[in-house]
Amino acid sequence: MLVSLNWLKQYVNVDKVSPEELAEKVTKSGIEVESIESIADQISNVVVGHVLSCEQHPDADKLNVCQVDVGDEQLQIICGAKNVAAGQKVAVAKPGARLPGGLKIKKAKLRGEVSNGMICSLEELGIDPKFVPKEFEDGIYVFQEDVEIGANAIELLNLDDAILEFELTPNRSDCLSMLGVAYEVAAILGEDIRLPEVTVDGTDQQVEDYIKVKVEDATLNPYYGAFLIKNVKVGPSPLWIRNRLIAGGIRPINNVVDITNYVLLEYGQPLHAFDYDLFGSKEVVVRTANEGETIKTLDDEVRTLEPDHLVITNGKEAVAIAGVMGGADSEVHDGTTTVLLEAAYFHPQSVRKASKDHGLRSEASTRFEKGVDPKRVKEAGLRACQLLEQYANGEVLEGVAEFNDLDVQEHVISFDTDKINNVLGTSISTPEIATILEKLRFPYKQNDHSFEVTAPTRRGDITIVEDMVEEVARIYGYDNLPFTLPAGSSSAGGLTVKQKLKRKIHNYLQGAGLNEAITYSLTTEEYASLLVDPSIQERNPVPVKLAMPMSEAHSHLRLSLLPEMLSSIQYNVARRQENVALYELGSIYINENEVVTKQPEEKLRLSGAVTGLWVNNQWQKEVKAVDFYVVKGLVEGLFQVLRINNVSYEPAQIKDMHPGRTAIITVGNQKVGFTGQIHPSLQGQHDVTDTYVFDLDLDAIVSLANLEESYELIPRYPSVTQDLAFVVDESIASQHMMNAIKKAGQPFLKDVQVFDIYQGEHMEPGKKSIAFTLRFQDPEGTLKDKQIEEAREKIVTAVKETFRAELRG
Amino acid sequence: MKERLEELKQEALNKVTAASDIKELQEVRVSYLGKKGPITEVLRGMGKLSAEERPVVGQLANDVREAIANELNQKQDQLEKVALEKKLSEESIDVTLPGRPIPTGGPHLLTKLIEEIEDLFIGMGFQVAEGPEVEQDYYNFEALNLPKGHPARDMQDSFYITEELLLRTHTSPVQARTMEKHEGRGPVKIICPGKVYRRDTDDATHSHQFTQIEGLYVDKNVRMSDLKGVLNAFAKKMFGQTREIRLRPSFFPFTEPSVEMDISCKMCHGEGCSVCKQTGWIEILGAGMVHPNVLKMAGFDPDQYTGFAFGMGPERIAMLKYGIDDIRHFYTNDVRFLKQFHHA
Repeated sequence: MLVSLNWLKQYVNVDKVSPEELAEKVTKSGIEVESIESIADQISNVVVGHVLSCEQHPDADKLNVCQVDVGDEQLQIICGAKNVAAGQKVAVAKPGARLPGGLKIKKAKLRGEVSNGMICSLEELGIDPKFVPKEFEDGIYVFQEDVEIGANAIELLNLDDAILEFELTPNRSDCLSMLGVAYEVAAILGEDIRLPEVTVDGTDQQVEDYIKVKVEDATLNPYYGAFLIKNVKVGPSPLWIRNRLIAGGIRPINNVVDITNYVLLEYGQPLHAFDYDLFGSKEVVVRTANEGETIKTLDDEVRTLEPDHLVITNGKEAVAIAGVMGGADSEVHDGTTTVLLEAAYFHPQSVRKASKDHGLRSEASTRFEKGVDPKRVKEAGLRACQLLEQYANGEVLEGVAEFNDLDVQEHVISFDTDKINNVLGTSISTPEIATILEKLRFPYKQNDHSFEVTAPTRRGDITIVEDMVEEVARIYGYDNLPFTLPAGSSSAGGLTVKQKLKRKIHNYLQGAGLNEAITYSLTTEEYASLLVDPSIQERNPVPVKLAMPMSEAHSHLRLSLLPEMLSSIQYNVARRQENVALYELGSIYINENEVVTKQPEEKLRLSGAVTGLWVNNQWQKEVKAVDFYVVKGLVEGLFQVLRINNVSYEPAQIKDMHPGRTAIITVGNQKVGFTGQIHPSLQGQHDVTDTYVFDLDLDAIVSLANLEESYELIPRYPSVTQDLAFVVDESIASQHMMNAIKKAGQPFLKDVQVFDIYQGEHMEPGKKSIAFTLRFQDPEGTLKDKQIEEAREKIVTAVKETFRAELRG
Repeated sequence: MKERLEELKQEALNKVTAASDIKELQEVRVSYLGKKGPITEVLRGMGKLSAEERPVVGQLANDVREAIANELNQKQDQLEKVALEKKLSEESIDVTLPGRPIPTGGPHLLTKLIEEIEDLFIGMGFQVAEGPEVEQDYYNFEALNLPKGHPARDMQDSFYITEELLLRTHTSPVQARTMEKHEGRGPVKIICPGKVYRRDTDDATHSHQFTQIEGLYVDKNVRMSDLKGVLNAFAKKMFGQTREIRLRPSFFPFTEPSVEMDISCKMCHGEGCSVCKQTGWIEILGAGMVHPNVLKMAGFDPDQYTGFAFGMGPERIAMLKYGIDDIRHFYTNDVRFLKQFHHA
């Protein structure tokens, strides 16, 4: 809402505060003032001039030499505007004048002729071209009325105004009107309010003889009032109306349209003027549109209506989309003499639907959508009649043809002083509350410390006690609220086990050198089902699609964190950040139905991706690219931190992963994720080098984590290590051999490590040598050679039998 | 004999002094103190001496031995020290060469901020509550006093999946769900961080995905001044002790009264500058007293219970705190961005 301070002054005295102070006070009381626009200090010395003569410049076809009377002197001014003519009253920037944009007017010579000033267009005077009346768009501004020569044109054209932009929250649609703003400002400043006096002279002729009103659906249209104004002369509206429309952001058109717009800004009540002679009947019928019905609107577009659009008809065809836009056929034009004026209350949701469907959001529809003041609908119509009488030569017919089923019930709210103070934590006195109610102009009854407030209909947002608490608080001032701390029962704050573990996982991965990433949950259709964990893939999930995505890039919910993470890697690599290690902890969304009917299952995943160099000790010549075992090491470390044992890694074929470098991770019998290299062709598509990833089911891991705190005695007896090397087929998985060794080595075998793998020279093709270090220990005593020898024998036998292995000498 | 011993002593000491390395010194030790050395030889001839002379000469011989041995040891120490110094000086390295890099990672700035805020409120007795990102229309809107067709739904255009399911537009549904679980019994004291989604085109100041942290405190006798006190404590810890807060009336359907909290501008200290758009204040979060309809729908009796709620955007806080220019930085995962906040 654009609020003209000059206009506001008509209703409230705001002279005691500067525009900036007013903006601050209004903001602190609940309506944010976004900006204060004023060109007053950029403009000076512009007066009304009378063009006495206008002759063509002797040396320039397109220039005119004008003699202009500016009251105290006569100036010769060269003017290039096409519409300049002798006899006009114009705005003259005298020598020494300043204009918006930093322009200074000086005496000059144009092609040999002296020019002592400038005749101005509205745009040169700082008015936004979109509000300049059409007739002055391409030329100078010409005063229509009898203005005094030499008078201050800055004041006449309202260029000394300050415009405050009110950023309204949805509940404060009362301030979509100058009167609503006046009530608000009066309450904040503690000033009186002067409301316009609405009186109509009228004629003896009765409206009913000319027009009747029929409304088919009282819910969608609880009030429709039709006024009739005869003998109207359409022409420009007076300067002050035009000025106020421009200040309010509406372009002046003609007096009839301007007056309806003026009342819209003043009362917040949209009105519509039809040309009665073009209306097509003597009855207004309001109904919902028929299937396929069309209307040509004011903007000359033919629009097809939906059955839930409310239309104004003449009984046959639609002449307006209710609350949204009028029809072209019954539009007021220069020759209109009889005006049918509509003042109505249309249901907010019905107007919202129609304005949305037609893409037409106007000053009018915005106000209907928020709900207008039911008590001011008719008064606004009368106000327009008054202005049409005064400024369009109109004769207002007696009465109003109306349909009225409007609920004007006011909310009555009871509370006492304690209630206010208990909620706010304040100690506001009863008289203070009464003063605040006075300032707000809310009628109330008081009985000791109890209040009974009648909320005015203009403030439709006030319905319950809490609304009154807020009204009192904001006028009392939030700055005056004390700072207290909750006095209630104390409670222990903290994190759940899962939340603590998540933090632990974050810390581990960060310590291991990974950077936490956050990617988008919404991705492309293709990415949504790429690199999905096999145990989720088994469930045949269908990626959840948005009903109305904004772009293909973010149309589906992901089933894996990896595709977007791969994109992040690509983003970095493309910017010469070739060594990237990322991880993310985020949700995937599993839906198993073709059509989504319930909330998808949200599972937390822990995923990571590493590319480029892992070891990068440049000058020591130790530079190593990331490989499978780096990422596997990261995962193993994580399991160690969470004390999850019994983890195994089995080779696996997963779509879009390297077929020979991918493993499924299992804890006991439970599959918890996978790790491996991205398939080289997918890597290629993303212009990245070898990239290794892991993807884990976080919920599973959290539930498997062993959180028990325990202590094991530090062994007092020495351990013994022994090395064993076997020759086996190259296809034998080392983990399987280790498992067999561990089993056979019980109870003294404490640890097995692979320390060498060899293939090649001196080795039969298809065979490999694999060497283990075994560590034996007996917590009860020092191991004897014989015990170790026995254990060793059992291990060798087991490995030989299970893997057809040979012990290497 | 005595003369012979003195002579030997002098001779040995001269050789010790002359010795230039440990090997030479060892030779001196062997030749004078060894079993075949001259002193041993002198002692062997002691039998020829009288009973009176024998102990005297014996004592003298021992003294001589000891004196030589002392000198030898001292010289030994000295030579070893020289040798060690020589060895160490040969072992010098260029200490200015870079060390072996240890890979260091770190948290995402948003996670860091969220944890910081969580910890701050945990210290005030709050617990952390979480909820689903794909939410029912009921919890996202209706339970929060936003019935279907409510104009305030315009404020947050949403990503719907079906008529009844959407990506949550705020973390407030977690509040509704948590309250419901409490079955009308307070206190409820939670902080709810999480991802939220809105139909915005991504640009420098808008992101279709972002994070939010909301807080809720429902109990008997919770007052608006408590909200002011808690938010003041939060703002001072988060932004610095010198920052002031102010509450400004605002509107949210789920709170009444509703306020917005501003903090005094760090740049201009309230004077007005481009950061605070000349107002001296920067908007940080929205808050208010829980609307009685919200309490009722979640099973709480609004005549017995009151509560406050607040919500803020970690992105916005991060952008203000660090002067980050573009919200998209939080989601492109440029390592040059991520790494800047590991130690902040």
